[in-house]
Amino acid sequence: MVELWLLVLAASLATYVWRGFGVVLSGRIAAESELFKWVGAVAYAMIAGLVSRIVVMPSGMLAETHLLERAAACALALVAYHVARRNLLVGVSVGVAVIMAAAAARGA
Amino acid sequence: MSEAGYRVRVRRARLRGAREALGVPGAVIGAGMLGFGALAYEAGFNVLLAAACTAGIWALPGQLVLIEMHLAGAAGPLTVLAVMLTAVRFLPMSISLMPVVRGPGSTRTSIIVASQVLSMTSWAWTMKRTAEMPREERLAYFVGFAATCWAVGVAATVAGFYLAGGFTPLVRLGFVFLNPVYFVVLLVGEVRAGLAAVALVCGAIAGPLVHLVDPQWSVLLGGLAGGTIAYSIQRIMERGRG
Repeated sequence: MVELWLLVLAASLATYVWRGFGVVLSGRIAAESELFKWVGAVAYAMIAGLVSRIVVMPSGMLAETHLLERAAACALALVAYHVARRNLLVGVSVGVAVIMAAAAARGA
Repeated sequence: MSEAGYRVRVRRARLRGAREALGVPGAVIGAGMLGFGALAYEAGFNVLLAAACTAGIWALPGQLVLIEMHLAGAAGPLTVLAVMLTAVRFLPMSISLMPVVRGPGSTRTSIIVASQVLSMTSWAWTMKRTAEMPREERLAYFVGFAATCWAVGVAATVAGFYLAGGFTPLVRLGFVFLNPVYFVVLLVGEVRAGLAAVALVCGAIAGPLVHLVDPQWSVLLGGLAGGTIAYSIQRIMERGRG
């Protein structure tokens, strides 16, 4: 148990390194600079890449669903979000409901 | 502006951030962390360890990596390195957020707290919301929003830990899918134009492609590749117009 605590502590510190380093670096980069624009693009691309990877090639429980089911759930979530006048909770709820309904229909 | 008036505005901004976090973002984070609490329970963690994961790492991908590698019996240093790699995204997020939220009244302590409670959700939300806010209110708004998300996340982890026995596989599947679909709606629905939109498209394509070659480095390399390509496309288009 002591080892697990040390592991969680080390993982937390390792995560904070990036947070803190970003703070230190940000003071030296002007908000309108080209470098700032590039870093912002990298941040958006990282998140988009992580999320699309989870949808297209997931691991764990989600890997048991079909790509078509996950894609349909995302598409219907976006449709619901716009129909409900850009309500995130409605969009997300529809997406989750669709994936659960698809799994239930397959008898999972 | 008087000193008292300034303080009132900052406090109001913090409360406004906290209130908005208790809406959809808090509900989604709460559900995602309920799922994590359940996973930690199944992995044999105790409730304090599960809560410490959320409070300390405060990034669902890193927390999942830690649980998975612990279960697989991976060496401690390797696990820490893997968690660290999944957290690289905080560097560009923090670099891009700080100049936006930092104002004349920002203290060192508030910046340190702000960077610990920063998450994908609070970054995406705050980058969008603070644009229309006076500069001196932005950091207070961000800390109010992000610290509330953090507190909700820790509480939900504890709740999920104790609820774990009651979840059916179907409900757990819903919890697992909640985070990805949330980010799909948030990013595709809210980001419409400019460099950010081009970066989303390039990143969404580059992420899975790099993952096929090298899963461990896919978040970092996919983001660098997608972001750099998007930035180059934007530069070329601007030049074409000019």
